[in-house]
Amino acid sequence: MQTRRIRWHIAVFLAPAVLVYTAVMIFPLFNTLRLALFTEVDQTRVYVGLQNFRTLFFDPIWSEQFWNALGNNFWFFLIHMLVQNPIGVALAALLSHPRLRFAALYRSAIFIPTILSFVIVGFAWKLILSPLWGIAPSMLDAIGLKSLFAPWLGKEEYALTTLALVSVWQFVGIPMMLIYAALLSIPEEILEAGEIDGITGASAFWKIKLPLILPSIGIISILTFVGNFNAFDLIYVSQGALAGPDFSTDILGTFMYRTFFGFQLQLGDPHMGSAIAGAMFAIILVGVCIYLFGIQTRMRRYQL
Amino acid sequence: MKRNVLSLALMSTALIASGAYAQDATLTIESWRNDDLALWQEKIIPAFEAANPGIKVVFSPSAPAEYNAVLNSKLEAGSAGDLITCRPFDASLALYEAGHLTDLSDLEAMSNFSDVAKSAWQTDDASVSFCVPMASVIHGFIYNKDAFNELGIEVPTTEAEFFAALDMIKEDGTYIPMAMGTNDQWEAATMGYNNIGPNYWKGEEGRLALINGEQKLTDPQWVAPYATLAKWAGYLGDGYEAQTYPDSQNLFTLGRAAVYPAGSWEISGFNTQADFEMGAFKPPVQNAGDTCYISDHTDIGIGMNAASENQEAARTFLAWVASPEFAGIFGNALPGFFPLSSTPVELDDPLAKEIVGWREECESTIRSTYQILSRGTPNLENETWGASVAAIKGAEAPEALGQKLQDGLASWYAPHQ
Repeated sequence: MQTRRIRWHIAVFLAPAVLVYTAVMIFPLFNTLRLALFTEVDQTRVYVGLQNFRTLFFDPIWSEQFWNALGNNFWFFLIHMLVQNPIGVALAALLSHPRLRFAALYRSAIFIPTILSFVIVGFAWKLILSPLWGIAPSMLDAIGLKSLFAPWLGKEEYALTTLALVSVWQFVGIPMMLIYAALLSIPEEILEAGEIDGITGASAFWKIKLPLILPSIGIISILTFVGNFNAFDLIYVSQGALAGPDFSTDILGTFMYRTFFGFQLQLGDPHMGSAIAGAMFAIILVGVCIYLFGIQTRMRRYQL
Repeated sequence: MKRNVLSLALMSTALIASGAYAQDATLTIESWRNDDLALWQEKIIPAFEAANPGIKVVFSPSAPAEYNAVLNSKLEAGSAGDLITCRPFDASLALYEAGHLTDLSDLEAMSNFSDVAKSAWQTDDASVSFCVPMASVIHGFIYNKDAFNELGIEVPTTEAEFFAALDMIKEDGTYIPMAMGTNDQWEAATMGYNNIGPNYWKGEEGRLALINGEQKLTDPQWVAPYATLAKWAGYLGDGYEAQTYPDSQNLFTLGRAAVYPAGSWEISGFNTQADFEMGAFKPPVQNAGDTCYISDHTDIGIGMNAASENQEAARTFLAWVASPEFAGIFGNALPGFFPLSSTPVELDDPLAKEIVGWREECESTIRSTYQILSRGTPNLENETWGASVAAIKGAEAPEALGQKLQDGLASWYAPHQ
């Protein structure tokens, strides 16, 4: 009779990762979702079901802030998709050009902002754009375009777009690197075969390279989506928790922070805060699912 | 050697941990006044430690904007210091009700304070005091005396004179008339609305009437300050929309701006930064001879973490904070934070002396939004920030702003429904 040995080593090897991941990711996530179902009445925690979500979506005071933050978040994401990713692809295409000189230098220079902390980026840009001490007004002045300068971060209509572009500046290196790697992995033979068929230059990019890097672009889009809907740091560093002027830069992250931890005389409300965090989680989950099941499975892949 | 250092470090942590039993107790103070770190370390703490051997004090501040959030999280997690610097009113009241602050009503030295001074750190029925009042701050305007002399401007006392003075500075063009920005929002409300406002709503009279529901935020005395703020925009520097609080401080101390809408807490910072003579004037009144009202806002108290392991030592420290000795050291070490102790304190700093002198001439009040009115959602204080900024930028009419604030308040506050 042969008993199957329990393979302990599997459990032992899995344990550290599973335990750490559960403790710092899975447990907090579910605990936050649980917290969203309670509220506090006279210092005691009471179960209220979905009441917090009802308040968040239908109470005029809360829903106005929520939809404003969500709308701003979509705008923030849109700017990234329209500016960051095309520029990233274009830079990667230029960098992978075989006759480009100093490619390594450009690559590092463009990638470096990505490794900087949000605090540094936010603060540096705040200074650059400052109407008082910034170099932006004097640089525009030097080329005679001073009239184009506005205190962008202080104007409702520009502030969010400005911050989105600062964020693009910081992170454009990531799509560039991923696409660059994808471009390098395209075998020479395919390009040569195309050349023989008369496809060269720009049309080689559009007809051969682009279809081959589409899966990478898809991954970048979903990373951008998740990153943007979790964004908080840059706005908080440069505009504070009230995400001024007049909440024009308020995104879900800052709205959640303000609600959860409180601000100035506003006391923190962990339960409503968790409800917002829950809504953020749901939005990101839905977005990722749409991508995974709606787009990625239909994407054509080519065997290289 | 390295091992010795390590074991020493371990021993000292062990000592701190068992502080309740050992003679040496280390008290940690949580505070948002990171600007005052040096003063605490060099003046206040040594004075206390000299008088109370065996108790060590560590001042551990965090950034003002994050203090409430950081403190709440630390208290929840049980990692907060022994002594808690108390924000006035609801933030601290909530901490007391949640059991984080100890009842200090039985502290003998509490009798050194007037009821008004204690009011910011009491339960609504005034039966329990949970923080020892430390200081108040007074609002007004600090000005560059050299600039005023150079341009031959008299210190304004009425609103008409105030705007005439600003017009003269603007016309001359050497100085930015007034250093304030709207980027951080709170200055517009704190140094703007609540600075000039008490003259309109007659200080305590209006503030209490608002709390009772006898006056509304749509009444003229509450709307008019917004109309006045709207006139400020023309006198603030270029791009004031993106000008931050530190920007404004620097503009003024570098001598580029003539007037600074201030809170007295700026004094010590300005004294070290500015190399010109400064003066101060109170918020201008409508007509010469009107009673003046100033915002003399109870701003800082200090209480004890209920979970502290050094209760006895903490009480000793609080009793010392309530003593006239502390008031003397504190008032002079931090000119601009005026002690609330009933025993008058002689201040050395000329600017601080000038400002605290207004207490004799004017009626004192506190900021209108702080007591009770900012308990609900939407939060009246935060709304007032936004409204004051909108008023300055001219984004909305003063009446519309008043209406919006009133609607928000009425949505949760029974006396206004």
